[in-house]
Amino acid sequence: MSVVTIERKVLAKNDEIAAQNRARFEQHGIFVFNIVSSPGSGKTSILERTLERLNGKLRVAVIEGDVQTDFDAQRVARYNVPTVQIMTLGGCHLEANLVQDALKNLDLTNIQLLIIENVGNLVCPANYDLGEAMKVVVLSTTEGDDKPLKYPGMFRKASVLIINKIDLLPYVSCDLTTLKRNALQINPALKVFETSCTTKAGIDEWSDWLMQKVTS
Amino acid sequence: MHEMSIAQSILNVVQQYAKGNDHARDGDVPKVKSIRLRIGEMAGVVPESLRFCFEVASQGTTVQGAELLVDEVPIRCRCASCNVEFSVDRFLFLCPTCGTPHVEVISGNELDVVELDLMEENDPAKEPSCQ
Repeated sequence: MSVVTIERKVLAKNDEIAAQNRARFEQHGIFVFNIVSSPGSGKTSILERTLERLNGKLRVAVIEGDVQTDFDAQRVARYNVPTVQIMTLGGCHLEANLVQDALKNLDLTNIQLLIIENVGNLVCPANYDLGEAMKVVVLSTTEGDDKPLKYPGMFRKASVLIINKIDLLPYVSCDLTTLKRNALQINPALKVFETSCTTKAGIDEWSDWLMQKVTS
Repeated sequence: MHEMSIAQSILNVVQQYAKGNDHARDGDVPKVKSIRLRIGEMAGVVPESLRFCFEVASQGTTVQGAELLVDEVPIRCRCASCNVEFSVDRFLFLCPTCGTPHVEVISGNELDVVELDLMEENDPAKEPSCQ
């Protein structure tokens, strides 16, 4: 019997490629965020409203991650931004090498903001660094105010929380104060926005904050 | 269910090590009896799912049949204000001494391969004898 100590990080390869991605983003002065949520929270709708607001103010590109179809890329491309669709064909999250491959299809010299929309999932994407500057987690009011406590890993790793579908608050059993208290218990540093993609409430605040983040 | 992807990554780490280490002679890659992992409470990995996925992922490799031994690591934090270290219960990231939420996570995110138990040439477990 021979026991050997090897001490390796399981995701070392992913972290290495993520570091390469990050170096390229920094070299080109590109601000990158990775937007995550469970399926159906409204990630793509938030991107659409954000792109409307940022239209002409920033050079934006989008990488869309989905298990199947390029529906989201089609939606986002209508806003005249370079868009690349990654289909994971069953994979429940994006990995750094998939993003690295997707970058081959983008002109990095002409982008200020790159948005990576991850596969809808509140667990797996938390573990995989893609090279982004920040993670933005979206939680919709229809999912309930206890989700931050049920999926703490993602909320701990995110820098921004967007509470979406606030127009539905009168119809669902979700208490906004409880939701925010739960999220801030997991991560007191979270910057919180409240939005509705239907009424467009909160979209300007979020987009303007983002704009400042990218240009500062 | 990213345990399959994690299982594949563990397999890659172990195979890469086993091929390159002193035990490998003339292309003879040693078999692996067990793999000790360190998994943090916040790593989002379910050991049972990981074992199942690893069994599938390792089939037909020199690592097939290796047992995964998991050391789970609880979340511990250090307070940025009073420097006290404490365990986190139910994901409540508050310093128990001064009550501030400004705390640094010092353990609980681990996802590491710690050690391997390799079979020796004359290890009876390598060639099970017929009774």
